[in-house]
Amino acid sequence: MARDRVMDFDKALELFEPVLGFEVHVELNTKTKMFSAAPNGFGDAPNTNISPVCLGLPGSLPVVNEQAVRYSISLGLALGCSIAPMSRFARKNYFYPDLAKNYQISQFDEPIAFEGQVDVELADGSVRTIPIERAHMEEDAGKLTHVGGATGRIQGAEYSLVDYNRAGVPLVEIVTKPIFGAEHQAPELAKAYVATIRDIVIALGISDARMERGNLRCDANVSLRPRGQEKLGTRTETKNVNSLRSVERAVRYEIQRQAAILADGGTITQETRHWHEDTGTTSAGRPKSDADDYRYFPEPDLLPVVPSPELIEELRAALPEAPAIRRRRLKETWGFTDLEFQDVANGGLIAEVELTIAAGASPQAARKWWTGEISRLANVNGVEATSLVSPENVAALARLVDAGTLTDKLARQVLEGVTAGEGTPEEVVEKRGLAVVSDDGALVAAIDEALAAQPDVLAKIQDGKVQAAGAVIGAVMKAMRGQADAARVRELILERAGQA
Amino acid sequence: MSELIRKSASELSQLLGSGEVSAVEVTREHLDRIAAVDGDVNAFLHVSSDALDVAASIDQRRAAGEELGPLAGVPLAVKDVLVTTDMPSTSGSRILEGYMSPFDATVVAKSRTAGLVPIGKTNMDEFAMGSSTEHSAYGPTHNPWDLDRIPGGSGGGSAAAVAAFEAPLALGSDTGGSIRQPAHVTGTVGVKPTYGGVSRYGAIALASSLDQVGPVTRTVLDAGLLHDVIGGHDPLDSTSLRDEWPSMAAAARAGAERGSFEGLRVGVVAQFTGDGFQAGVRRRYEEALALLERNGAELVEVSAPHFEYAIAAYYLILPAEASSNLAKFDSVRFGMRVTPPGGGTVEQVMSATREAGFGPEVKRRIILGTYALSAGYYDAYYGSAQKVRTLIQRDFESAFQSVDVLVSPSAPTTAFRLGEKLDDPLAMYLNDITTIPANLAGVPAMSVPIGLAPEDGLPVGIQFMAPVREDARLYTAGSALEALLLEQWGHGLLAEAPELGGK
Repeated sequence: MARDRVMDFDKALELFEPVLGFEVHVELNTKTKMFSAAPNGFGDAPNTNISPVCLGLPGSLPVVNEQAVRYSISLGLALGCSIAPMSRFARKNYFYPDLAKNYQISQFDEPIAFEGQVDVELADGSVRTIPIERAHMEEDAGKLTHVGGATGRIQGAEYSLVDYNRAGVPLVEIVTKPIFGAEHQAPELAKAYVATIRDIVIALGISDARMERGNLRCDANVSLRPRGQEKLGTRTETKNVNSLRSVERAVRYEIQRQAAILADGGTITQETRHWHEDTGTTSAGRPKSDADDYRYFPEPDLLPVVPSPELIEELRAALPEAPAIRRRRLKETWGFTDLEFQDVANGGLIAEVELTIAAGASPQAARKWWTGEISRLANVNGVEATSLVSPENVAALARLVDAGTLTDKLARQVLEGVTAGEGTPEEVVEKRGLAVVSDDGALVAAIDEALAAQPDVLAKIQDGKVQAAGAVIGAVMKAMRGQADAARVRELILERAGQA
Repeated sequence: MSELIRKSASELSQLLGSGEVSAVEVTREHLDRIAAVDGDVNAFLHVSSDALDVAASIDQRRAAGEELGPLAGVPLAVKDVLVTTDMPSTSGSRILEGYMSPFDATVVAKSRTAGLVPIGKTNMDEFAMGSSTEHSAYGPTHNPWDLDRIPGGSGGGSAAAVAAFEAPLALGSDTGGSIRQPAHVTGTVGVKPTYGGVSRYGAIALASSLDQVGPVTRTVLDAGLLHDVIGGHDPLDSTSLRDEWPSMAAAARAGAERGSFEGLRVGVVAQFTGDGFQAGVRRRYEEALALLERNGAELVEVSAPHFEYAIAAYYLILPAEASSNLAKFDSVRFGMRVTPPGGGTVEQVMSATREAGFGPEVKRRIILGTYALSAGYYDAYYGSAQKVRTLIQRDFESAFQSVDVLVSPSAPTTAFRLGEKLDDPLAMYLNDITTIPANLAGVPAMSVPIGLAPEDGLPVGIQFMAPVREDARLYTAGSALEALLLEQWGHGLLAEAPELGGK
């Protein structure tokens, strides 16, 4: 496949104004599915969390999950939306093997929540308001695995497997209105918007929000219009963007790609595009036009959703604080400086830090781990920090350091083991034998040996030049394979040299 | 012919309850009857192989002193549109040949709990699309009154089974008349309950907003007994009503005992009396009206100006919903699979399967419905049809302000000949002109036999319609009329049906 040409980002922005739009799908973490009593679980053996309804067996009928409706209302309220006194489900008809009934139960012209807005904070501290068009309820499709063929896509596959465990998992789709004026910050805004939605659903407790598991999925719409032109350009919809980092990269890439085409006098095809994490590019998917005909009509198997005003008020009263307010509160509680907090926020790590603190770590330790070593590892490996390690394990790591079981350096090795799937920090310490040697006897033996090997150093120390101990510390640490507390080694050296 | 198969379900209920007969005897007699006549009638697509075992277990429970429901031990024929765990469920289609459901339809499960003995699955037009059972993939059912004639449809199998004494009771489904029109042409009783009164869970959907499951029987009381078993709220069907329902059997008994219509205001639908109705149908209908009036009913002519648009609206709403409901038959998870020569993509396999698995009427309606829902046509077709539906509902509401029940002939003609309308879909569709409005409005309706048309000696029925939730009114009025007619005739109408061969 030929590489698309791209234009330098700054040059692209000089010529064109980017206009954005997002569709974010949030999988709700209800116990059961949207329209049946089948369990809503991740990672189970294929086709085990299913019922006649998920398989669309003849005679089966959907029944709405009340909890999913409550979650959807809460999310709508958190997005500043109006809640429809009556909303309706509709059938979206198209044939695809992951869609058991060959129609998806969704909402069409009568969504449960509409007309809202969300404030998104950028790295420079500025706040942008994203207009929300609607949030509607629907069911997820099953999962296809294409076997054979080079690309893992349905085209060219020898055969495909379908797992209906995900079929019928409750989703809320949040659709923005067109977003203007983001300019150079467009890629960053894209990431910050999705991070904000993620923060909101985590705070509401309505989704596990793990992007790598598809709990939160973003389709990014990008179009460009020449400076000074009123009319919107043709948009593309980039799918399969499964991390915050990718959202930013995908938007940046689409701006650069479209700019190159337009500057050459070409036209943009309205289509879905697939994001490729490895190459950092998008490729053409299905051509999509406004004439796509899903033959929507009101779902006759379900009654309209008519939430009582009392329920809406009850859910409104139970809403967690707004993200901006929450940030201010957390920053204060954690005692972070502006810079420290921005570091956390820009990394999309507020929820992780919060969970890590809740699991027992100090705010500073939680911050250092997430914005430091974990983010570094994530960058090196080109993955999302949140996918590397759980907040519980980070807290455990911090505890081991606090207890003196691990030095910072050893803890980094343990972290690497944890991310490699070797188990919890405790298990990695055990397996790799990485704990600090706290047995003074072993240390003293190593010190005596090092001092004996460097009589001149010993003489200097005894002469009062205690900084000379550094050379011995190095030798001792090496002998202990790093598994010693340097401060304690220093103490013991001075003691052995008669300077303590 | 055995005496037992001639008994109504309520009579069997008494004999079983008093121990005069066993469920095994009753079931065996009916299985024998099926073996004897169903080669001619073709009412059954499948006959249960364990009905006798089920009957034996009912007998054992009764012998052990267990309290059983009134219909325990009575055989039941089940329309093939209802899924069953012990027998295949095909909905009359090749695409579901041999399909075994992992669950029972709620009405079947309730019937089993009540001790009824399912003896087989009955023939029907494919996916309930038709008025003659000629659209069954498994060959037509023949009318026991004249084997060259249609038994009605789509539930011709259930009606014919009951009319041919192969079963005292049957379950049907009625989307635009599929219970009532077969009842009309076979001299049996058929009830379409209030929409939401009986669970649709496990009824293979044709048009979800119109489908309703109901009883097919030889007497109004039997219909009431079966209605009491299958009715009521089902948490698995979101459109199922949460109402507490009165006993329909009690309503039927009360009507028969009273034998009068004193105080009942009967609305005669003006639109369903004129031309287009066979002379003999009109004659029996007018006689029935006179009988109602002589016995105290106040006849009021009512106009339902929008009923004339009912068929047009129905043939947009039904295909639209059906085109979506039938999309699941794609070979991926269950049912027939046809692979094109040399393999093919999943899309090609789906297409080849649907091409081979669906009959022409099903394809016709899927195409119609797909078109009616298409962008740019939705408002003109589906949207307009829904507006007409609202107007028809208002016609009913306005009529029911001045009358208690509405009446009409159950269908415009008696049973036509097999093949007569097969090549003329519009003529076939027009046969449901009287029954469709009740489905569009969700109101309950019943067909009760009122005699034979003089010109062809074939059965004619009268249709009663009542306001939503007032199903009991149908049973009271229907069974009062039935009692008066029985008194007149000295026997049930089916006693006049010809003996079936095969012996």
